[in-house]
Amino acid sequence: MRRSRVTTLAAVALTGALALAGCAKDTGGGSTPPAGGNQAESCKKNPVPTGGSGSAAGSTSAGPKVDASALKVGLAYDIGGRGDASFNDSAAAGLDKAKADMGLKETKELTAAPNEPEDAKQSRLRQLAQEGFNPIIAVGFAYAKSVEAVATQFPNTKFAVVDDDTVKLPNVTGLVFAEEQGSFLVGVAAVYKSKNCHVGFVGGVNVPLIQKFQAGFEQGVKAASNDAKIEAEYITPAGDFTGFQDPAKGNVVAAGEISRGADVIYQAAGASGKGVFEAAKSKNALAIGVDSDQYNQKTVENSRDVIITSMLKRVDVAVYDYVRAVAGNTLASLPKRFDLKADGVGYATSGGKIDDIKATLDAYKQQIIDGKITVSDKPSN
Amino acid sequence: MRTTLRGKLLPPVLAIVFSVLLCTIALVISGDNPLDAFGAMIGQLFRGTTAVDTLNSGAVYYLAGLAVAIGFQMNLFNIGVEGQYRFAAVIAAIIGGEIVLPPGIHTLVIIIVAVVAGSFYALIPALLKVYRGVSEVISTIMLNAIAIGLIAYLVSTDAFGVQVGNNIGTRPIEESGWMPGIPFGDNGTLFGFVFVAALVGFGYWVLLNRTRFGFELKASGESPTAATAGGVDARKMIMTAMLLSGGVAGLTALPELLGRDHEYLQTSPAGYGFAGIAVALLGRNHPGGIALGAVLWAFLDKSAVSLDNVGVPQEITTIMQGAIVLSVVIAYEIVRRMELAAEQRRVGRQLGRDTSDVAAGGSV
Repeated sequence: MRRSRVTTLAAVALTGALALAGCAKDTGGGSTPPAGGNQAESCKKNPVPTGGSGSAAGSTSAGPKVDASALKVGLAYDIGGRGDASFNDSAAAGLDKAKADMGLKETKELTAAPNEPEDAKQSRLRQLAQEGFNPIIAVGFAYAKSVEAVATQFPNTKFAVVDDDTVKLPNVTGLVFAEEQGSFLVGVAAVYKSKNCHVGFVGGVNVPLIQKFQAGFEQGVKAASNDAKIEAEYITPAGDFTGFQDPAKGNVVAAGEISRGADVIYQAAGASGKGVFEAAKSKNALAIGVDSDQYNQKTVENSRDVIITSMLKRVDVAVYDYVRAVAGNTLASLPKRFDLKADGVGYATSGGKIDDIKATLDAYKQQIIDGKITVSDKPSN
Repeated sequence: MRTTLRGKLLPPVLAIVFSVLLCTIALVISGDNPLDAFGAMIGQLFRGTTAVDTLNSGAVYYLAGLAVAIGFQMNLFNIGVEGQYRFAAVIAAIIGGEIVLPPGIHTLVIIIVAVVAGSFYALIPALLKVYRGVSEVISTIMLNAIAIGLIAYLVSTDAFGVQVGNNIGTRPIEESGWMPGIPFGDNGTLFGFVFVAALVGFGYWVLLNRTRFGFELKASGESPTAATAGGVDARKMIMTAMLLSGGVAGLTALPELLGRDHEYLQTSPAGYGFAGIAVALLGRNHPGGIALGAVLWAFLDKSAVSLDNVGVPQEITTIMQGAIVLSVVIAYEIVRRMELAAEQRRVGRQLGRDTSDVAAGGSV
């Protein structure tokens, strides 16, 4: 008994020592200037495309006033729900705007629990449908199969799924985004703001959805400069969704990329992004936010001075437009994909850190809208 | 000493009462009405598919609980049920999706594959323990982490995965490989695997109480040295117990895989293995007890959706689950001591002398 306790103590002490040694090494690596040599000179940029028609992106929210006071809208959030400072909050913002603009009165918001099986999702949607909510908006592609099952059962109720367009039923609308187009633009911004001509991407979980962010970012970087180097890493592999909720791991991954020379880091990592911003702040690098305008976000307030821009994924626009379309019975007019043209994705300018390159970004944006640049949603490797 | 019926039933009842009290306090503090909350939890059973869903999930937790309990019987703490069941689920889903066989045979092949895959994943910690003395607690925890990586690779599009929209998963199993359930119309469909789970529970009871192996298993658990002296091969027992535990763990995901999902997605739920540990503790490794524990656990799980629907924080169910597990362990210990003291008094009376000294010393 005594011996085992001594062993345990020794093990604890050893682990502690190892951990400390690891930390010490990390900070050591960070304080030395990154290898690569060319950190003083920024990279040679490719010529900025010209010849855009200059027309503004078509906004779908313009038009006659719509009254939605008769609607009962149900929202089923993914894990985290309202207050996650990311994806779900964006959907909530769309709902709040619909309440303010269209007189929407009765709404109900339910939230998924972590690791819940399929039947919990179905029960949630079914309860909303039984209580007469119509339309019902499911936030997150994890709801695809449950929406398919419940929408078959309630053919007179309208459903929408954010991030999924695989359900082919007359009463189901898919609200999907061209994340790669927005990511392309922040990729361009990253190159223009990089001193080392070396940028990084931190993905939360290595799933197809997040790979779209990576793909667009990398193409944007390549378009801006042929010399730019890219680090791209994910916090966890597919199936382990903790990568979206682990700021400590986000910090480690970002710090690793910075110590290899990257000085502008784009994160698509949900709540782990907080750690990415902290790593950038402590190592004098810059960062790019995702989904919402993160410069204005309370949860990352302490490190907001490193956030030069954010890739906006306007789930709020999609939710708002969908409610509006249901109220006005104009579902067919909704865009198939919320892209740059539909203002479904874009970049944020809060903080004024990219005001000097806004013309460049808008030139690229116009090229994408006009179809002169096509952005692939799959990473090249 | 045999525990009385009171000794068996009192602790779980006490634990449930205690956790309800605790949740009432938590609800009052957070400004919610406890009556609304408990009303919603009970009321859900009579609405929609909740009752059937509870039994379906109960089967899942029952299998996980049995897998853990087999290990517990001989003091093996198989934390790896989590990794074993997920690994088995993916392998079974992949093979089930790649092949097409006549109905029945297809299903049977998937079940066998799952059992073999679960056993295989449990073989690694078993070998490490038998030949290298590595604690199964450490090795199975590590293998759980490795399973996550393995699964991520196996369901990726580079390996066996197919992408549908933004989700990736294994190729869907053809209808010939499904297991039919009992449909209750709008109230859901009871998985056919619920009955398989009950059969496995019966098999577990027979194994432990009616076979030589079961006797040796329990003997090794209670006193390894005595068992060895009695001619039980400890290594063989560890191997068999771990492989059996892994095999049953392999069945855990099958109710959902064969009865509803027919594919393993990257978003498929994890955590059944850990819940299995709690369920086995609740049921004290007894097949009937584990069944009650599994259904209770599933019921609390399902409550989360209904609580959220009436505006009560759904995390209350997690508090309740945690409180039940903690308090059931304490309640069993208290009741055990009470029974021990009562037994001593009874023996003392029969012998006609005062045994308060012995009772105070606690030795029997």
